[in-house]
Amino acid sequence: MTASIDPAVPQRRAGLAMSPVIMASAGFLVLMILVAVFADQLAPLHYTTQNLVARFRPPLSADGGMTHLLGTDHLGRDVFSRLIYATRSSILIAVLGTLIGAVVGTLLGFVAARFRGLVDQLIMMLVDAQAAIPALLLALTMLAFFGNSLVLFVILVSIDGWDRYTRLARGLVVSEQKSDYINAVEALGARSGRVILRHLLPNIAASLVVQATLNFPGTILLETSLSFLGLGVQPPGTSLGLMLGEGRRYLLNAWWIAVFPGIAIFLTTLAISLFGDWLRDRFDPTIGRR
Amino acid sequence: MLRFLAVRAARAVLTLFLCVSGVFLALRLAGDPADIMLSIDTPPDVRAYYRELWGLDRPLVEQYGLYLASAARGDFGISFADDRPAFTAVVDALPKTALLGLSALILALLVGLPLGIVAALKHNSAVDRIAMASAVFGYAIPIFFLGILLILLFALKLRVLPSAGSETPLHLLLPMVTLGLPLAGRLARFARTSTLEVLSKPFIRAAKGRGVRPLGLVVRHALPNAAVPLLMFLGIEIGGILAGGAVTETIFAWPGLGRLLVDAVATRDLPVVQACILTITLIMVSANLLVDVVHILIDPRLGGFRSARGAAA
Repeated sequence: MTASIDPAVPQRRAGLAMSPVIMASAGFLVLMILVAVFADQLAPLHYTTQNLVARFRPPLSADGGMTHLLGTDHLGRDVFSRLIYATRSSILIAVLGTLIGAVVGTLLGFVAARFRGLVDQLIMMLVDAQAAIPALLLALTMLAFFGNSLVLFVILVSIDGWDRYTRLARGLVVSEQKSDYINAVEALGARSGRVILRHLLPNIAASLVVQATLNFPGTILLETSLSFLGLGVQPPGTSLGLMLGEGRRYLLNAWWIAVFPGIAIFLTTLAISLFGDWLRDRFDPTIGRR
Repeated sequence: MLRFLAVRAARAVLTLFLCVSGVFLALRLAGDPADIMLSIDTPPDVRAYYRELWGLDRPLVEQYGLYLASAARGDFGISFADDRPAFTAVVDALPKTALLGLSALILALLVGLPLGIVAALKHNSAVDRIAMASAVFGYAIPIFFLGILLILLFALKLRVLPSAGSETPLHLLLPMVTLGLPLAGRLARFARTSTLEVLSKPFIRAAKGRGVRPLGLVVRHALPNAAVPLLMFLGIEIGGILAGGAVTETIFAWPGLGRLLVDAVATRDLPVVQACILTITLIMVSANLLVDVVHILIDPRLGGFRSARGAAA
């Protein structure tokens, strides 16, 4: 059975060029990153600026010389400005969480593949145990035990996915170790640290980056879910999930407080999922579809 | 086959043991349990009484043994919130979570499977594109946002459905859709991929050659062969249902396990948090064991030494 009669293959190959949907996704992601970086310049007001006489103003309402593009919330804060700052903190936390998860997970994968034996067994046991508890519920438990702090919260956000990097890195290293170029480098007397960093890592980096992209929506959702539940980012800080959670109480009279951050989260996760799928098909067919 | 089952069961027990140990370790790392559990102004003699009651004055190894023993009995202490055993609170909440989770799962199967199969049969047609676009929409929308949109539309604007509580069957509708719809989206995508895969197999082409019609092809040949991957998929999704359930239950004030956990975390009601997380682990581990058993039953190829997860990972 050759792959050429698989009906899925032509379609997958046809998807390799950037379709308009993928371009729109990539464009939206670039926009979000720009918003996050230039939040201070873009926001008309600071996210904590209150104006108690202008509470619950609907979108596009004018007030004292400025227009509240997306209305104001229960403390008279400009929703548009808050959305910009919330985008910054949500993306920043998700990026940090992804980085921590990717580095720690990959490192553990390397260690498992390098030493095998008992170390390997122990690490894979941890990976299996992690897979037995959903990241959100584990994060909730840790928040209950240790109390809420921003540092702990960022670490907890990295919980979603470290096990996948470990599994992936371990599998890739184990299979790469058998290849000729690694044998050659080792025969030349290179130390294992050098082999891993200079030779193995560059060869599996593409797969790891694709994995990170595929993981990113889950990481954003973990942060926004926890903040939505009131257990993540704490006021006066802000995050897209926190805005949504706060706005939930005023749905009847002021839908805009909750709906705009919701749309922002939805579009961001949608764009990254579409872009991640495309990236995987384009660069790395070895990671299976989930 | 028996050997395979025994290995699986042993791993399940090991995972449970690891999780209980992990909780114990995390609790001890978090600080002196007496400081966390008791309020700051507790008199020293009361504090000493509780330290002795909880065995905190004994060596760590002994405490660990005590903890394992009480966890096995389902004894996690008394809830701070309402003075009943934490485990009772969990047991009371379980039926509601089971009701919500199972009805969401059934909804997802009823919507997602046909959608994915039809999309695969009409591969690359307009139907396929529309089905997949709605599936992507379904699974990219955050559960909490979907829940809020549904409340906004059906409870606040149209005023046809209740948005909080669990008293009548009508109360089930919004949370069920909130939890089930994203799952249906993932399921549709998955069903499409695995149906396409099965449809490319030689025996399907042989059946086509014999003149079996498309519907018969799917029902008689494709579906039975897609059953194993579907089972694996559902095994992985159980965690998603439990985690999504926590958010859904909180939004709709549905008195289940997830809401109990969220409330307990917010008030740092540690006995309830432990009881919740270990019950959830138990559910996950047993569900995965069940998936393995069903897998053996429906897959005639599965010998004693083959890895069940190999195909799915």
